[in-house]
Amino acid sequence: MKEILLRVIVGGGVVSAFALLGDLLKPKSFAGLFGAAPSVALATLVLTVMKEGKAYASTEARSMVLGALAFFLYACVVGRLLIRRRMPVLSTAGLATTVWFGCAFGLWFAVLR
Amino acid sequence: MKIRMDTAGLRQSKWYEYVFRFVFGGTVTALAGLIAKRFGPEIGGLFLAFPAILPASATLIEKHEKQKKERSGKAGAGRGKAAAGVDAIGASMGAIGLAVFALIVWLRLPESGTGMVLAGATLAWFITSVSVWKLREVLWRRVRKGSKQY
Repeated sequence: MKEILLRVIVGGGVVSAFALLGDLLKPKSFAGLFGAAPSVALATLVLTVMKEGKAYASTEARSMVLGALAFFLYACVVGRLLIRRRMPVLSTAGLATTVWFGCAFGLWFAVLR
Repeated sequence: MKIRMDTAGLRQSKWYEYVFRFVFGGTVTALAGLIAKRFGPEIGGLFLAFPAILPASATLIEKHEKQKKERSGKAGAGRGKAAAGVDAIGASMGAIGLAVFALIVWLRLPESGTGMVLAGATLAWFITSVSVWKLREVLWRRVRKGSKQY
């Protein structure tokens, strides 16, 4: 329980800091870079190294490469649907996470399994 | 397009929107840890690049842009969606930097100091993302200039 709470506080802090930086910057396409900042990764990896060691964290990072490629595809799909088709934002961004899941697990199955 | 700081964006956000981001970000971090614990680091690692924050920030951007347009007496729904879309395109470029971040951590962490690797990987994320953004800007400008000539 203590570890979960620590993760919530550290993760919330790092994510908020990057989001705040994104709020401050213009133009919007540049500020959007911070939507894919390594905020969750930074918070998680520090705590993982402390608890499980470097080899464990390095294995996580290897899978993260595939997760990031899936993120790229996800963000491209969401951007295109919102700009070209003017679809509802929350449902588009929410439903398109299936693209992330499909791509991330598909790549994991093909490359790492 | 020039990169600049604008504090107006901070004034548009309400205090509860910051709390929402904090709780959301913290929850995703905790979930990533729990998934790794349950299914192992190979599956858990995928979730270090889960687009958890994007739906929340896209919704806030749409809301702010819509309100801005409506204050000037115009319909802002379409503009709000387009602004959220531009933000997502920016995130796609940041995701390329995120892959470079992960690659550096994967390859360098076993042999180097944790702090140095994470700081270096974060710097690499920033440089890669900004370079891709800049390259896209230059190419986009050339394409637009070219289409005007013909």
